[in-house]
Amino acid sequence: MNSIIDPVISARNLDLTFETNDGPVHALKDVSLDINKGDFVSFIGPSGCGKTTFLRCIAGLETPTAGEISVNGMSPDEARRARAYGYVFQAAGLYPWRTIGGNIRLPLEIMGFSKAEQAERVSRVMDLVDLDGFKNKFPWQLSGGMQQRASIARALAFDADILLMDEPFGALDEIVRDHLNEQLLKLWARTEKTIGFVTHSIPEAVYLSTKIVVMSPRPGRITDVIDSPLPKERPLDIRDSPEFIEIAHRVRDGLRAGHVDD
Amino acid sequence: MNIRGIFPALVIVGFILAIWTVAVIPMNAHLAADQSQRDGIVVTPDAARDRQAYLGLTLVLKNPAIIPMTYALARPRLPSPHQVAIEMYETIFTKPPTSRRSLVYHAWVTLSATLLGFVIGTSLGVMLAVGIVYNRTMDKSVMPWAITSQTIPILALAPMIIVMLGSIGIQGLLPKSIISAYLSFFPVVVGMVKGLRSPDGMQLDLLRTYSANANQGFWKLRLPASMPYLFASLKIGISAALVGAIVGELPTGARAGFGARILVGDQYGPLMILWAALFGAALTAAALVGIVTLIERSTLRRMGMAGTS
Repeated sequence: MNSIIDPVISARNLDLTFETNDGPVHALKDVSLDINKGDFVSFIGPSGCGKTTFLRCIAGLETPTAGEISVNGMSPDEARRARAYGYVFQAAGLYPWRTIGGNIRLPLEIMGFSKAEQAERVSRVMDLVDLDGFKNKFPWQLSGGMQQRASIARALAFDADILLMDEPFGALDEIVRDHLNEQLLKLWARTEKTIGFVTHSIPEAVYLSTKIVVMSPRPGRITDVIDSPLPKERPLDIRDSPEFIEIAHRVRDGLRAGHVDD
Repeated sequence: MNIRGIFPALVIVGFILAIWTVAVIPMNAHLAADQSQRDGIVVTPDAARDRQAYLGLTLVLKNPAIIPMTYALARPRLPSPHQVAIEMYETIFTKPPTSRRSLVYHAWVTLSATLLGFVIGTSLGVMLAVGIVYNRTMDKSVMPWAITSQTIPILALAPMIIVMLGSIGIQGLLPKSIISAYLSFFPVVVGMVKGLRSPDGMQLDLLRTYSANANQGFWKLRLPASMPYLFASLKIGISAALVGAIVGELPTGARAGFGARILVGDQYGPLMILWAALFGAALTAAALVGIVTLIERSTLRRMGMAGTS
């Protein structure tokens, strides 16, 4: 680890075993990974490969049974208290009784920002996800894609350097997903955040990421880490370029290699 | 409720009234025969004792002339709808509400005990639910007792509560309210426990990522999430509270309230008084549930959850 910049997230020999009624489940085995500042890292693999579990370990929502993990040089719990990351879940999970503005204000209220600062931040992040004008609408008045954008705004509201996203667009149709992917890249370029992104879509992973982590199940482990040569500026039609197709190919090979047992 | 919502209800009410009206004839046949005979109408068989051997229906078929009298008895076995309606009209509109003969007066006596009991029961229910959700020991210990409490017949328990509280000098409104509270806390506990536990794992995880404390989790997530459940419980709770107050009036020989009117009508007076009290109680319960429903609608609409319940 003689790199000039220390990694933002660093995992060493991470192991996590869940005790279930059907016996222990080896969710993560010997996972080591470094994520640098400003990286857009995708975790891809079939269900049960531990991609979500690994993201939850970074967030301190799960505790590894062995190994070490640090976020901004701290333990995940300390990092959380230091507001190091915003987390976006699979479903938007907006509170139905709060307006969109009220939902985005939620973390700010909990973290004790002043009223004036809350209002200022809410309008800033709503602008960032193109939702200005929807502040006083209730969640059910918005489409699924807009709800998910609101939940991204909620995660951005308190200015964490790291954004962790667990299949945030998994429930959306392809056209909406393409649009949101494009917006997410712009957002990433503007905010220079470090993003951890769980997905099961190969095009999504290749289109978005600077680094693709291919994982496979039983036990959940990393089988390949691909550093993308694609430029930071990525129009949607980059997906037809030979480079793109080549990376997608390598991801698919990695997934297949980890899949021999079934 | 719109017109289309009211129409089926009116059909049912009309149907019940029709059955009731027809049932008055055989139910009052014997009493009507006795009265008709006294009024000089020839009835067969002649002796009242012989008539006891006949069913009401048979007696009416033999003596169709007594039918009008079945609707006009001063002390019928089954009062006809119009007799109950007249009794209700007279005791609601022609007596001053402060009079002991006014149904409004008796309604207020029962209603005040109901409302106090409902407030006590709801507060107790919400507090127990919070305890059950946040405290493992209470979770294991309180719920079985709450369920057991509802298996004891309230008719057996009510006199004990009244007598025990009376022996330490507590009389009047409070003992009845306690019985009301006893019946109304249970649905609130059950509903609120379910409501406070309704947020899913993801919503709880979200708060964890903000390092929210338990207090914030309660006020910002669990409590608002429980509101639809609370209102469903309150509707059951408030009608249970009314039943509790009436039951509380029965064993003490209370001199006022729907329960007292039911006793008076049953044991001494014309049955019209009992029926008027029953309908008065039913209308009061409907009004109370209606008010809770209105509060529910406006609250949930203000919370943006109008579509969810």
